Amino acid sequence: MSDMKQENINNTKYDIPPELEAQVHVTTLDKIYNWGRRSSLWPMMFGLACCAIEMICTAASRYDFSRFGMEVMRPSPRQSDVMIVSGTVTKKMIPQIVRLYNQMPEPKYVVAMGACASGGGPFKEGYNVVSGVDKYVPVDVYVPGCPPTPQSLLHGLITLQRKIDAQSIKEVRWYQKEPIEALPVPVLGPDIMDPRKYEIFKAQMLQEEAQAVESAAQAEQA
Amino acid sequence: MSEQTLASAANVLEKGELLSRFPGYVTRDERNGYQGYIIKADKLLEIVKAVRDEIGYDYLSSVTGVDYLPEDMMEVVYHASRTIGGPPLTLKVQVPRNNAVVPSLVPLYPGADFQEREAWDLMGIRFEGHPDLRRILMWEGFASHPLRKDWKEAYFEEDGKPFKSRWPDGHVWRAEDKNPFGLNVSYPEGFNPETWTPDKDALLYASLSRSQGGSESGLRTEPVLVNMGPQHPSTHGVFRFTVILDGETIMALKPVMGYLHRNHEKIGERNTFLQNMPFTDRLDYFSSMSNNFGYALAVEKLMGVKPPERAEYLRVIMAELTRISNHLAAIGFFLNDLGAFFTPVLYGFEERELILDIFEAVSGSRMMCNYFRFGGVARDLPEGIYEKISKLVNERLPRKIDELDLYLTNSEIIRGRTEGVGVLTPEQAIAYSTCGPVLRASGVPYDLRRADPYSIYDRFDFDVAVRYHGDAYDRYLIRMDELRQSVRILQQAVRDLPEGSIQEGKPQYQVRVPAGEAYGRVEGPKGELGFYVVSNGKPNPWRYHVRAPSFINLTAYESMCVGNKVADSVAILGSIDIVLGETDR
Repeated sequence: MSDMKQENINNTKYDIPPELEAQVHVTTLDKIYNWGRRSSLWPMMFGLACCAIEMICTAASRYDFSRFGMEVMRPSPRQSDVMIVSGTVTKKMIPQIVRLYNQMPEPKYVVAMGACASGGGPFKEGYNVVSGVDKYVPVDVYVPGCPPTPQSLLHGLITLQRKIDAQSIKEVRWYQKEPIEALPVPVLGPDIMDPRKYEIFKAQMLQEEAQAVESAAQAEQA
Repeated sequence: MSEQTLASAANVLEKGELLSRFPGYVTRDERNGYQGYIIKADKLLEIVKAVRDEIGYDYLSSVTGVDYLPEDMMEVVYHASRTIGGPPLTLKVQVPRNNAVVPSLVPLYPGADFQEREAWDLMGIRFEGHPDLRRILMWEGFASHPLRKDWKEAYFEEDGKPFKSRWPDGHVWRAEDKNPFGLNVSYPEGFNPETWTPDKDALLYASLSRSQGGSESGLRTEPVLVNMGPQHPSTHGVFRFTVILDGETIMALKPVMGYLHRNHEKIGERNTFLQNMPFTDRLDYFSSMSNNFGYALAVEKLMGVKPPERAEYLRVIMAELTRISNHLAAIGFFLNDLGAFFTPVLYGFEERELILDIFEAVSGSRMMCNYFRFGGVARDLPEGIYEKISKLVNERLPRKIDELDLYLTNSEIIRGRTEGVGVLTPEQAIAYSTCGPVLRASGVPYDLRRADPYSIYDRFDFDVAVRYHGDAYDRYLIRMDELRQSVRILQQAVRDLPEGSIQEGKPQYQVRVPAGEAYGRVEGPKGELGFYVVSNGKPNPWRYHVRAPSFINLTAYESMCVGNKVADSVAILGSIDIVLGETDR
């Protein structure tokens, strides 16, 4: 509630008569809107790997992130505001993660918790590991550590709150005229396939064809 | 009959009978540093049946494959044990690489099911006669069998670490920048994504309806197919299972895993021996100290070193503290699955945090301890920690365990939800190669700390917890019993902890490991945790396989669930206590 103190809230330079100061608060819409959202960030109950255990510890009695308005963990993406990607993202799992992200209503945020979710971590070289969830889903806050301690996860979530504080209704993407496109869900092929990168395949195939034609022509000349 | 005479009787049988009864089909593994017997593939079933029924190796611990690329040979390695105790028996089958076909052992040991599927998935060894040989960790349609030595992944740099790009000069670059897609991907040549049709679990659903007894063409109208997970609050991570329901009754169930397949084994073959230690932490991330223990034992067996007394005691203390913290969490999450939402977990985590404080003090990290070294442990106890441990195990934990017991054990809801649910008979439990609390709750008193004692467990006075109903309630009770036994061991270990060094010889970054194979196993909190390590004398292991208890316990999951209600499947899964880091590796 510290943000709701008189001096913080009454910074719009409107003069309030002294006798009304206890009853009337004047503030900006952004401020009250952001305050409301940042004080009840509901994380999605969604654990991937080791980091999920530290996430549970953060939720448990000693670290208790309900002090910051995050105690309501929702198992359903439809009811959650922030997805804490807590652990190694594998190729087999990434289609589901993108789908979950698409199912979350706006405004939504993503916290990449730990080294694996941020960039692949110790398992980066693995054949089934995605080098960071940000290759497929936009990430707001990265929390380093393997796994991050509950304190650093809390710090990451507070950082996210600061980020929300700085947002403005005028500019946020969910109040723009254009509809927000859902992210394309990756396809499990011979390896994971990102539909946004199909052009590279096409370019590669064209190049190969051109090379084949060229080599055929060279063979004819010879 | 004591264990000694049993073991020698087995030796007589093995030496006298196995070799002479199947002349030409069974030979001793004569390679330097190897043990066990090599069996010809065409008589495998017959010989293994004799080993099981006549010599008494009724429990198949582990099945895995090794790719011997230079010898152009695939080897399937079986480790069988006897549930009355004793060291494991190693059996091997060698087949050519390009035609790796081995008869499946599923008819004899149903517990081989998932492990053979894994060997097929990762190494491309085909098991003839396997009822359901699908991929298990990777998805259908993945380009290759990734553990084959001649297959290189997208980010492949060199065969062994440390990579020349990093050391000694340190020209670090990002693997993404060198990949045309900027991602960790590689495709077959000339691959066109537009013509690709994904499998979409067609094989899984066919297998599911097969085991239900329906037609293979598809589902009929009445039974309902339900998918649970991989994102589901009761699946303890990213586990998924598909069930066919008749009303609310489960008719068939297939677990689906691999959503956390992090390629431990492939990365482990590239790491140096010591570099693998922190990776073992991340297998079963609830009990990293036990994982360290198993791996350290396996490599120490190869190296032929033994840690000093104080290190042995520290190891036992850490392993038992791990067991307590794991069981507290397991009980909490089990209650979570029953609907006691998060309150028991909070009670469990209160004590777990105190144990994690100790781990943080000795190793520097709460969860990923990386504390064991070959021939010792990394650090001695810092100041004040001995008193902390002693106070915890002598005063606080016994009281808190009793408290938990008082709140939970006789709760009518818990008993109503779990008694008689998910019954596993002792015969099934052994046949499915289940281990740990799952096996012991079914009335089989098989605990490696007694059955094949390692480290200094033979010195402590404790009982092997055993329960006889084999239902979910007994699997809960047995964890309560084990908490108390662990406290007993801890009290003795803390009392007797000697002074002295904590590391045999000088601590080394690059250990010399002679060529050979070793199977090190410990009784982890979830069951028999085994590490099968093959060394060829180089700084990196040739093969590094983890016999993961969570993974193998899931083999019995279907038979525990069929006939129960769908809501019970969640309770049963909670009572098995899986961790996905270990299941999928």
